[in-house]
Amino acid sequence: MDPSDPTVVVRIAGEGGEGTITLGDLFTQLAATSGLEVYSFRTYPAEIKGGQVMYQARLGVDRVMTEGDEANVLVAMNQQAWADEHTDLCSQAAIIHEATVRVPASNHQTYAVPAEVISDELEWPRGKNFVLLGALTWFFRLDSDTVDDLVRDRMGHHPESVDKNLAALHKGYAYCRQTFPEPFRYTVALPETVEERILLSGADAMALGALAAGCDFYAGYPITPATPVMESMAKYLPAFGGRLIQVEDEIAAINMAIGASYAGRRAMTATSGPGLSLMIEGLGLASIAELPLVLINVQRAGPSTGLPTKTSQGDLFLSLYGGHGDAPRFVLAPDSVKDCYFQTIYAFSLAERYQMPVIVLSDQSMASRQETTQVPGLPWNGPLGRIEANPEQLGSSFQRYAFTESGISPMTHPGTADGMYLAESLEHNAYGYPDQTPANHEKMMAKRARKVETARKMLADWRMTSRRWGDAGAPFGIMGWGSTRGAVREATKVLQEQGLPIEAIYPHTLLPMPDQAISDFISSKRAILVPELNFSGQFGRMIEHRYYKELDELGVHIYQQKKEQGVPFKVREILEATMEMIEKERGLWDRAHGELAGIFNTARRLRETYSGGGHCE
Amino acid sequence: MSKLKAGDYKSSVKPIWCPGCGDYAVLTALMRAFAQLELPKEEITVASGIGCSSRFPAFIDTYGIHGVHGRVLPLASGIKLGAPETTVVAVGGDGDGFSIGVGHIPHAARRNIDLTYLVMDNSIYGMTKGQPSPTSPEGAVSKASPYGSQERPLNPMLMAISYDVSFVARCFSGKIREMTDVFVQALEHPGFSLIQVLSPCVTFYNTYGHYNQITRALPVDHDPTDRLRAMALAMETETQYLGIFYREAGRATYSQRFETLQQRAPDTTLETIFESMKR
Repeated sequence: MDPSDPTVVVRIAGEGGEGTITLGDLFTQLAATSGLEVYSFRTYPAEIKGGQVMYQARLGVDRVMTEGDEANVLVAMNQQAWADEHTDLCSQAAIIHEATVRVPASNHQTYAVPAEVISDELEWPRGKNFVLLGALTWFFRLDSDTVDDLVRDRMGHHPESVDKNLAALHKGYAYCRQTFPEPFRYTVALPETVEERILLSGADAMALGALAAGCDFYAGYPITPATPVMESMAKYLPAFGGRLIQVEDEIAAINMAIGASYAGRRAMTATSGPGLSLMIEGLGLASIAELPLVLINVQRAGPSTGLPTKTSQGDLFLSLYGGHGDAPRFVLAPDSVKDCYFQTIYAFSLAERYQMPVIVLSDQSMASRQETTQVPGLPWNGPLGRIEANPEQLGSSFQRYAFTESGISPMTHPGTADGMYLAESLEHNAYGYPDQTPANHEKMMAKRARKVETARKMLADWRMTSRRWGDAGAPFGIMGWGSTRGAVREATKVLQEQGLPIEAIYPHTLLPMPDQAISDFISSKRAILVPELNFSGQFGRMIEHRYYKELDELGVHIYQQKKEQGVPFKVREILEATMEMIEKERGLWDRAHGELAGIFNTARRLRETYSGGGHCE
Repeated sequence: MSKLKAGDYKSSVKPIWCPGCGDYAVLTALMRAFAQLELPKEEITVASGIGCSSRFPAFIDTYGIHGVHGRVLPLASGIKLGAPETTVVAVGGDGDGFSIGVGHIPHAARRNIDLTYLVMDNSIYGMTKGQPSPTSPEGAVSKASPYGSQERPLNPMLMAISYDVSFVARCFSGKIREMTDVFVQALEHPGFSLIQVLSPCVTFYNTYGHYNQITRALPVDHDPTDRLRAMALAMETETQYLGIFYREAGRATYSQRFETLQQRAPDTTLETIFESMKR
């Protein structure tokens, strides 16, 4: 094991439908239960059966921030798994494979496990993955009682198969224990004290965040990869006094949520790209009628049906600008599983307080992965509520859309006596009645837009609007958003350890942008790398567009790093792009780079070290 | 509080409808029905889609929401689920309800959420100045169909009964008293009611004379619990019957079924959920 990287990356590959994901999930849970920190990633085909599935889990004693680049251990359930996944392994990886898979001789250590033969002997061909779970339990020297309990607990809803699965698990364990008694290169020493951790997915984090924020209405339509949010809400919402309804399409989902919001509920929906496209008209309604609404978008790769099960950050423009006319909304971007919980709570706060739709931009990789994390508490300021009209404001002169300095007008809901008002999709006056005169339209547009500015001011004191780390004032920086933070966090850690100063910032509110924080960050930089998982570099463009004056005046260069492959960034890719940026800057700053010489030289050295990959042990 | 009269439900906004528009009668009948049922204004929400008839909520002094085109049923469903103690009325036209929004009707029927849906059917797109609608007769000539429309008209009553809407009725703007009576029964019906109101467009497709000739009250012996007979009566197009075609009073509403469902959900708190996720 590489002493500088005390984590192990386990990659499990097999065909969809042969239990690859179950194996990955159970192994991840076993590692977590045993006291390790884990971080997983899954990529799977859009089909229920067939197609190759890859599950990667990274284990460590300290906090793990990404799923890792090259794998230390590959579990190949079939020949195709080997073919697909052997190219980015560590040089001395351990290959645990189904015995029929042909693995050519190399530096890798191979372990043939006759999973098919064992499961056939048990007349339980579906138990192949459990044989391999037994194998992994042995190789990592994890506790066999713990894994038994886990299987009983997890698979308890299929009582007829639990015994068979356990039998397969035991056979696999026994076979490996007997055949491979020698110590395993990648066994992680378990910590002596087990910290309190939960194993949380991004989807569950968002559902629980919604419950913590008092969400009591959910309307949704199934869509990969957002469905798990709905399923968690379906399980818990009734116990919290809320209602969940699965409706006929995404258009119905958003309109029903808007109706419930009008009725006074804390309403939400969750969807993914194609669903968001369908919801855009409804988003405009919530914006003009000034009704609170939380919309979680678990991004997947598009356009159109695209890559339904693969990750992307390609919906930023749609979220920020989607729709006809100028319809103010908020857009939040959680940057970790735990942050999914907090940003969902903030989304409700912003929606309810500012009477506006809020989009939470998550993505497939973050929503479907599992991560060990501490139990999140309630945010420091608790969820904010609506500003309700007081009795003096009610009556026939009640101005539901009163022009105020903040842009926020007191609201009522059905049942409030003398609070009757019309929520209009047409342009309307302060009373809510249609009014399409030029002066009124202008005033109303400004009133609604003003709420964003009011929020921007409030958010300036809100410490969760961005996350900044690294060497304060370092000349080179990285600015990103959303789920890519893990890879960037790890890259900055490597750079700092290697003596290259670097600073990074991840805004959590993309609309409104935390301008103060961003301007402050920009002001100390020579160049900023903007990595993101989409084809056109939407965030980078937005940054260039919004801050072009400062960037021009200060001569700060933006380097876009765009990746649209359906998979997350590798840490190595961030490192390479950073070094490339610095190398380019070296050319630009040749005559006046006295104080930067050290950085340039370090970057050049690191560039040689990190190019080509496969450097892990 | 003194008893409200029909006129008390009127808002200060003057309707944008043309003089003689059938929708005035619908507005009057609905306000009369509210008064007859003594419903407090703040306990009512009228939701709508887009079109001439969908401007309705502005003209009535209750809670109201004017949504987007074709989505009044999900919108109104959300309001009813969000405020189950209140009365929710969905309104719109034939373009809104039978064209762009028609896909929501079977699902509203399946859920049987307690709402009253009034479709003011003038068989024409009035707001966009006279294109054929889903209920326009085959061959209808308009600027958008200068050589005659090519589709057969939809049969809204037959559709609603076959989708198993639990209260299906047809009214005519020329018969305001009968319409009020149907509205009262629809508002009292616990579940989803769909009412097609033949509401002529005097400007682009004046059908008053035609409907005066072909409409007739449902046979006095019609039993509205007889679904097959209701379908047979709905299939008659030479005569357009008025009244309650079909009614199933005993069916549980969505809210009633939700209460049962809620009892099945085990009690829990956020702390308990997090506890269960601990390793």
